[in-house]
Amino acid sequence: MKQTITGIGVSDGIAIAKAYRLETPDLTVEKRTVEQPELEIVRFESAKAEAAVELEAIRAKAAENFGEDKAAIFSAHLLVLNDPELESSVKGSIEQGVNAEFALQQAADTFTAMFEAMDNEYMRERAADVRDVTKRLLAKLLGVHVSDPSTINEEVIIIADDLTPSATAQLNKQFVKGFVTDIGGRTSHSAILGRMLEIPAVVGTKTAMASIEQGTPLIVDGTDGTVVLEPTDEETQAYETKKTSFESDKELLKRFVSEATVTRDGHHVEVGANIASTDDLPLADKNGAEGVGLFRTEFLYMGKSDFPTEEEQYDAYKTVLTSMGERPTVVRTLDIGGDKELSYFSTPEEMNPFLGERAIRLCFEHPEMFRTQLRALLRASVHGNLKIMFPMIATLEEFRRAKGMLLEEQEKLQAEGIKVSDTYEVGMMLEIPAAAVIADLFAKEVDFFSIGTNDLIQYTMAADRMNETVSYLYQPNHPSILRLIHNVIQAAHKEGKWVGMCGEVAGDPLSIPVLLGMGLDEFSMSPSSILKARAQFADLSKAEWEGYIPEILQMETSEKIIEFVKTHS
Amino acid sequence: MEKKTFTITSSEGLHARPCSMLVSAVTPFKSDVTITYKERTANLKSIMGVMGMGIESGAQVEIAADGADESEAIAKVEDIMKSESIGE
Repeated sequence: MKQTITGIGVSDGIAIAKAYRLETPDLTVEKRTVEQPELEIVRFESAKAEAAVELEAIRAKAAENFGEDKAAIFSAHLLVLNDPELESSVKGSIEQGVNAEFALQQAADTFTAMFEAMDNEYMRERAADVRDVTKRLLAKLLGVHVSDPSTINEEVIIIADDLTPSATAQLNKQFVKGFVTDIGGRTSHSAILGRMLEIPAVVGTKTAMASIEQGTPLIVDGTDGTVVLEPTDEETQAYETKKTSFESDKELLKRFVSEATVTRDGHHVEVGANIASTDDLPLADKNGAEGVGLFRTEFLYMGKSDFPTEEEQYDAYKTVLTSMGERPTVVRTLDIGGDKELSYFSTPEEMNPFLGERAIRLCFEHPEMFRTQLRALLRASVHGNLKIMFPMIATLEEFRRAKGMLLEEQEKLQAEGIKVSDTYEVGMMLEIPAAAVIADLFAKEVDFFSIGTNDLIQYTMAADRMNETVSYLYQPNHPSILRLIHNVIQAAHKEGKWVGMCGEVAGDPLSIPVLLGMGLDEFSMSPSSILKARAQFADLSKAEWEGYIPEILQMETSEKIIEFVKTHS
Repeated sequence: MEKKTFTITSSEGLHARPCSMLVSAVTPFKSDVTITYKERTANLKSIMGVMGMGIESGAQVEIAADGADESEAIAKVEDIMKSESIGE
């Protein structure tokens, strides 16, 4: 049956090829009593030897495909495989009379639990290494076949539950044209890998493994997250055209990488990248980001078993700031609650979570959590051009309170003899209409504003952006939204402050001309949109669009505004 | 048996990277090599054993080697500690 599956498009582009399923083997272990433990030890030894040969080969392939840096993980896997403690633990159990599989599983569980219990992300990641190595060994012991992606010799699209580091290292770039996974989000290992390899990727489909059979012809659109199963000739044709134009555009855009963003009439705006982790930095650089307009720090907190320590956070902030150097880096303080939850921290059950205790409100409720982050940021401030931004500010008191806490931490650090930069800036995210309306009052106290359009639109239109039935109200070009944005920019410029935008709209070709005309100073977007935006700016005239603004602000509907933008650009 | 005390200077403590370097360095030696920290001792040839100790930056650890090539093993540890800025 023909169908379409959707997920999260995490790496742009179109892939057209057959499906190659990466099966997750059944590695269920049963406990057996054995009469001759020595035979079990021999089995264990030989499984280990086979696994070692395999890992060496994967390591070599990974070094070839991704460089020594990424291959280091397999050197670590080899150390785990050959670990004398693991070995003596397994052998010890076998000598008690159990089968090798059970003994191995037990030893692995002990070590995994030990690493998972540690308050350090690096150590917790070692738990994943132990699991990965154990699976390989178990498959050998159980004689289970594990699909071997290194043998792929035709063009395919990989379908998997998720991609483990060892599976991805075996992928042959020449033949793997894209991939689709059931689990994962924008920052999952597979998403990052897709962007690094620049192959289209769709993650978080939930149903791909259940509905796509081996060899099914597929089209993957990594831009919008669509996977078309058994496409018709017309569909294939249409996507082929889209693919060709995507690729030629990409080629053409390369010349903009090392250029500044300048309009036709010589006006410079800054185009920055939105990033979610240090892994996104190479992508930002590759696309010529002039700064980081939004570093979403919540990903430091997610997918873990406990809060990140001050040290872990400091390391991440330092890495980003050092890598960006002189270029401005806007770091948003913790923005959880709403649709973003942490497994180790229970956010309150609320009737309307988006109108509830989230972001800065939650930080005020849990000052220790907030202060740890502020300290880490302040300590990192000496390593680059830091701008700290508070999310979800509605009232002046909230901004003052957050800034007050920041200054208190700064004083404490300085009293401890720790250096803090004296040039970092403190701003706020403008995403609540109440704040946008009194932007003139805020402008006297902030160093900058960054407009978060997703929430600003949701709150202004009173329409839940997750609710399909009211999605027609998500109108970035609605006159009310544009008037609010205009008001914010005017108010800021009057006080000599700068305004950025880090929401989706900043990268939207239909909004860019209007925002330029209004005088927005910084546009921050997903790294893959930067070059396209820069090319668009090169074609636009700031003066011309400035002239259109009074007329645009009088238009009655979103449609009219979009129509105007289309006919004038 | 030979022993030597080191102070861990690596900023992240004795975690993954410095740990794998030490483990890889001593594994080829015939001697038993151990690391002692806060009265707990682990096999320095075991990455899991050593990382499981959660040794932080600034910690004092004692490395001991016992066997035919014990002096060489200690010398190697000292060499790696210094050249990789793990400890002194």
